[in-house]
Amino acid sequence: MADFINEWGSAIWEGFIQTTQMTLISLAFSILIGLPLGVLLVLTRKGGQWDNVAVFTIVNSLINVIRSIPFIILLFFLLPFTKTLVGTTIGVKGVIVPLVVACAPYIARLLETAMLEVSKGIIEAYQSMGISTPKIIWHVIIREARSSIILGLTIAVIGLIGETAMAGFVGAGGLGDLAYQFGYVRFQPDVMYAVIIILIVIVQIIQSLGNVIARKLKKN
Amino acid sequence: MIKLQHVSKTFRVGKNKIEALKDVSLEVNKGEIFGVIGFSGAGKSTLIRCVNLLERPTNGQVFVDDQDVLELNKKGLRQLRRKIGMIFQGYNLLETANVYDNVATPLKLEGVPKEEIKKRTEKYLEIVGLSDRQSAFPSQLSGGQKQRVAIARALAHEPEVLLSDEATSALDPNTTEAILELLLKVNKELGITIFLITHELNVIQRICDRVAVMEDGRIVEQGSVVDVFTQPQQPMTKQFISTESKFQIPDSVKNDLLKSGRLVKLTFLGESSKDPVLATLAKQYDVLPSIIAGGIDQLKNQSVGKLLVHLKGDKAKIETAIGFLRDQDVLVEEVKD
Repeated sequence: MADFINEWGSAIWEGFIQTTQMTLISLAFSILIGLPLGVLLVLTRKGGQWDNVAVFTIVNSLINVIRSIPFIILLFFLLPFTKTLVGTTIGVKGVIVPLVVACAPYIARLLETAMLEVSKGIIEAYQSMGISTPKIIWHVIIREARSSIILGLTIAVIGLIGETAMAGFVGAGGLGDLAYQFGYVRFQPDVMYAVIIILIVIVQIIQSLGNVIARKLKKN
Repeated sequence: MIKLQHVSKTFRVGKNKIEALKDVSLEVNKGEIFGVIGFSGAGKSTLIRCVNLLERPTNGQVFVDDQDVLELNKKGLRQLRRKIGMIFQGYNLLETANVYDNVATPLKLEGVPKEEIKKRTEKYLEIVGLSDRQSAFPSQLSGGQKQRVAIARALAHEPEVLLSDEATSALDPNTTEAILELLLKVNKELGITIFLITHELNVIQRICDRVAVMEDGRIVEQGSVVDVFTQPQQPMTKQFISTESKFQIPDSVKNDLLKSGRLVKLTFLGESSKDPVLATLAKQYDVLPSIIAGGIDQLKNQSVGKLLVHLKGDKAKIETAIGFLRDQDVLVEEVKD
């Protein structure tokens, strides 16, 4: 055990840091893009406050199209786009772009679902009090949906961690890459087992944390 | 205070047009409690939502405080809405906020100064009797308490009018009674005009000054509660009142009674209820009255006694007896088969 840690400890730690980096940075950008998209879907749908068939149809189909493409294919398909956007296609920087492109629409969809659960009545009550739509979105819709939003984000984060495993193909490293390079290519299964156990622990912790926060926010 | 003129509203559902309101006109005076009653689907909810434009009328005009609300821009409409409180059947509280925040949050969003928010929130929670439940969440409250929070929330804007959309329809009779008491208090002590819709006759009886009866998108009858209640003109109104009254007797019993005499429904109002008129019938007119059913309905400002009486005796004498009753200001309505 001590030998294993001596030999692989630093590599695993480095992989863990890279995975965390990739996940957190892409999550931040994905929320930044996904939240407004989700709100737009809620507002422009039929019967929404800004009912607009054209906008809704375009955003809705765009999200569906992106969500149809498997991440590994999206990663390669986006190479030219990534290059123009961040100047490189490799490393952590190079993988953030495809991760965000894949994750933001997913988050938009999850948040849309969460926000649609908020009762129409409460929104109407705030309209009847003369509160403006932007304030209603933030202080009523997002507030009331916050518990479901956290659960949705938990799912998104776990999905992101899975997708970072493919980052190895563009040289971004991470735990998944470590397991693939050493566990599979060089046939050292103990490295793979160690990485799998670490990933299981990380996912468990994130899911439990998500559940706890969601329950706290629900307040009933 | 509120004036609706020739208001119509048509909804399109696919290819079908649904006329929810057909040329509705009514006026709610300052300081009164005005009720609209009708069965579900009559268009009441659409009607009340036209006042603060949660629903925009297809045709017609809506005035609040002499302001044509259809002419207002977005900002003007928001300002107007702050003068109009509204409560709902489903309470519509924030589930994630406690009682205090449910009242305070809308004020915060309107930019009311902090101290003022605290002052008003505490004042109106006190008025609705929930001062001791400030930190409770809606899920910990009963239906009646939730509606009290909603009322406090509406009052905290210090509105001139309160719209009530079936506010008591989801509550049990005792709680309904308590909420109605509260609405009366709000009307009397704070001078807030109340415009309510309901399908419960009891609500109209207990607190309304005037009433409009709605059927199929139209107002079929309107007037003071006492008039409409004691002398309903339209079949729809009669149907409403009879579903509530205890005067539905089995046909077999009715037929037997009609064979042996005449059956009349007597309504006593105010002064007419004090004299012993039935005893007079027997003594002076030789007509034998027997009471089949009876009851007293408490209206907002007076009580109304109703009796179903069987009259036995000589035909001509019964006729003069009925004349006597009418002279005594008793409303007489003949019941036939």
